[in-house]
Amino acid sequence: MNTQEKKSWKEIPMAGVCWVPSTAYLTGDWRTYRPILDSEKCTRCMLCHIYCPDGAIAWKAETNEMVFNYDYCKGCGICEVECPVDAISMKLEGEG
Amino acid sequence: MILEWKFTAKEIAEKPELFMSGHRACAGCAPATVHRLILKAVRGPTIATNSTGCMEVTSTIYPFTAWKIPWIHTAFENVAANASGIEAALKILKRKGKLKHEHVDVIALAGDGGTFDIGIQALSGAVERGHDFLYVLYDNEAYMNTGIQRSGGTPFGAWTTTSPAGKKIPGKPQLKKPIADIMVAHEMPYVATASPAYWIDLLKKARKGLEVEGPAFLHVIAPCPRGWRSDPSKSIEISRLAVETCVFPLWEAIDGEYNLSAPSKVIALRPERKKAMEEYLKTQGRFRHLFTPEFKHIIGKIQEVVDRRWQKLLKKCGMA
Amino acid sequence: MVLTTQKESKAIALNGDEAVALAAKQCDVDVVAAYPITPQTIIVERFSEYVHNGEVDTEFICTESEHSALTCCLAAAAVGARTFTATASAGLALMHEILYVTSGCRAPVVMAVANRALSAPINIHCDHSDSMVERDSGWIQIYVENSQEAYDSIIQAFRIAEHQEISLPTMVGLDGFFLSHTLENVSVLPDETVRKFVGQRQIPLVKNHEGKLVPYKLDPENPITIGPLDLHDYYFEHKRQQEEAMRKASEIIRKIHDEYANISGRRYGNGRVDSYRLEDAELATICLGSTAGTVKTVVDQLRAKGVKAGLLRIRTFRPLPVQDILEALQNVKAVAVMDRSCSFGGYGGPVFHEIRHVLYDSGTHPHVVNYIYGLGGRDMSQLLVQEIYRDLARILETGKIDKSIQFIGLRE
Repeated sequence: MNTQEKKSWKEIPMAGVCWVPSTAYLTGDWRTYRPILDSEKCTRCMLCHIYCPDGAIAWKAETNEMVFNYDYCKGCGICEVECPVDAISMKLEGEG
Repeated sequence: MILEWKFTAKEIAEKPELFMSGHRACAGCAPATVHRLILKAVRGPTIATNSTGCMEVTSTIYPFTAWKIPWIHTAFENVAANASGIEAALKILKRKGKLKHEHVDVIALAGDGGTFDIGIQALSGAVERGHDFLYVLYDNEAYMNTGIQRSGGTPFGAWTTTSPAGKKIPGKPQLKKPIADIMVAHEMPYVATASPAYWIDLLKKARKGLEVEGPAFLHVIAPCPRGWRSDPSKSIEISRLAVETCVFPLWEAIDGEYNLSAPSKVIALRPERKKAMEEYLKTQGRFRHLFTPEFKHIIGKIQEVVDRRWQKLLKKCGMA
Repeated sequence: MVLTTQKESKAIALNGDEAVALAAKQCDVDVVAAYPITPQTIIVERFSEYVHNGEVDTEFICTESEHSALTCCLAAAAVGARTFTATASAGLALMHEILYVTSGCRAPVVMAVANRALSAPINIHCDHSDSMVERDSGWIQIYVENSQEAYDSIIQAFRIAEHQEISLPTMVGLDGFFLSHTLENVSVLPDETVRKFVGQRQIPLVKNHEGKLVPYKLDPENPITIGPLDLHDYYFEHKRQQEEAMRKASEIIRKIHDEYANISGRRYGNGRVDSYRLEDAELATICLGSTAGTVKTVVDQLRAKGVKAGLLRIRTFRPLPVQDILEALQNVKAVAVMDRSCSFGGYGGPVFHEIRHVLYDSGTHPHVVNYIYGLGGRDMSQLLVQEIYRDLARILETGKIDKSIQFIGLRE
């Protein structure tokens, strides 16, 4: 947000009530490494979803797939370490 | 007897993220994982309140908020008083027919900063008065939000910015305050310790804390890669090692009666499974100075303290 | 101020604390969280009796400190409850941090302050140092002259604080021991009349993070986040909003006061300032609180002798009634501002600062001098007030001021 977009005191809710969900702020650009999932190896144990500090890994029930949300993933690598079947590997951003 | 909550991992995965993505916690922040998990244990309408600290600050940078449920923050030392006021208001509004919900749970979350030290007065008062709320202590063992200063929860020997590993005094000279035991001494209905690595245990304890009538206290170990000088990818692993080395045993005290939880019970029954202190300490740069010839005797002291407290706990659990 | 008897009200012997407790009870307060401190203790004790006897349906939290007491009230107000607390001196000082949080969160908490000196040395008696120091906190401040006014003002305070254009916490100061512990005949309104006057708490609407306009309260149905972290980009704007609320409060306070005056038959000037024989006065004192009673007696004595003396009592100190002060003093030639608190190292006491400051822009420049008095419960007798008017008369006659700032009633 640059200064031109900031609102005046007359436009914002009283008492400092927040009016934007955090999901509008994309933390994906914090990453140096990005997790890549090998879906074949994945046993859908849900541990990556459970341990992710950012809730950036979701389970899509309809397709039974783990979905990595790179808009928010900060590349901490907890998912890679905790995956019991080594289905996740951290790759340097920008590399193939 | 509180009903045991049964769930599958997939059921947990399908629950909504009440602590939303886009918060500004560090990469690998275990307290953030703890917050997500606690809110997965929610059973109905819930109001949460945080003390000032890492999680409060990173989740509510105006105008953004990561909280899908109603949430309030007022100051640092008073989250338990927040919870008391919220609980009392809900009670009276319901009595006067002004509350549309049958029941609303109240969860207070605070770091070791807002609990061990500055927050203990309000916590003790709230528990003494018997308010119905769950207090979750996410313990990253220092005042992390202000830059890694020591707290009453910082373990013996750890480096922090106000207990640095100096030539004369190597790290914190005092022991970690046994906060959970202090809470048990309040004769409160439910006290438990948890670790995010043992997420099933954590979820069950959080749910129990919500279901109990009266105050409940959940002490959760929550590694901070910044402050512990550890690898962000190892935060969960370190919170597992903390249990496996008995640095942070898992137990519950229901109406004052202590019971070891499965991960620690296993070690009590098979002491050979207890891991060596070094395995835990070497994962964290805040203990790096203990691996020098000058200060390595301190590791022995740490082991002594951990063993003493572990034996005491076993006795309380009838497993000595 | 006129005490009239209404058909349905009755006069009861109450001290200031008891009057406050009764008013809070009649306003059907939802949550009271308080910690005892002399000279407010009777408020909490009396209220506890109401609760334990089932005379009022209130959640009464005996907190472990004043800091927690105000926190509980703030959090309860955030859920939508009507809340009340009371304190004094060190208790108010302990709450200090939370006073700012409460006004920042725009929580309509009502608080009675039994004005008492701050330590050290510890002193349990009356002065205004406890609440004067909170004049920047964003709370509306009302100072009362007697127990009757304490009763009336607590009732009005709920309406003022909860008014949707204001939404600011409000404190009512009553002099410790002089009012808190002294029995008076207080005319009390019937429960139903008070209930009708204060009504139900109306909650303002705010835009939440789901983009919806929802009531400003913690409600799982319409979640909101209260108390976020402001960086340098928005804090200033939030504070400006509070200032705006204060500015709007001035007129609303007068309206609510007048509405109450119609119901009770009792008025205190225009609700913001209470002038006594000021219309043609040349010499005037300005004061807050119970000292006004003593001053009025002296004013009457002087008037009987042909001296054009008058008194301006400031009832609402925050928001400061600038226009009222200017109008009241427009013909006055010499003004003595009485301060029951001290601003060490400053140029006179806080009320002196405000009055002189207001007059600076006015165009009329009466002589303005300051008397610091009554600290730690030191009595302000008629003799001392007479001395002040003699000083004023001398200043008027000679046009010269010996000392701008004096301590009166002090053993030199």
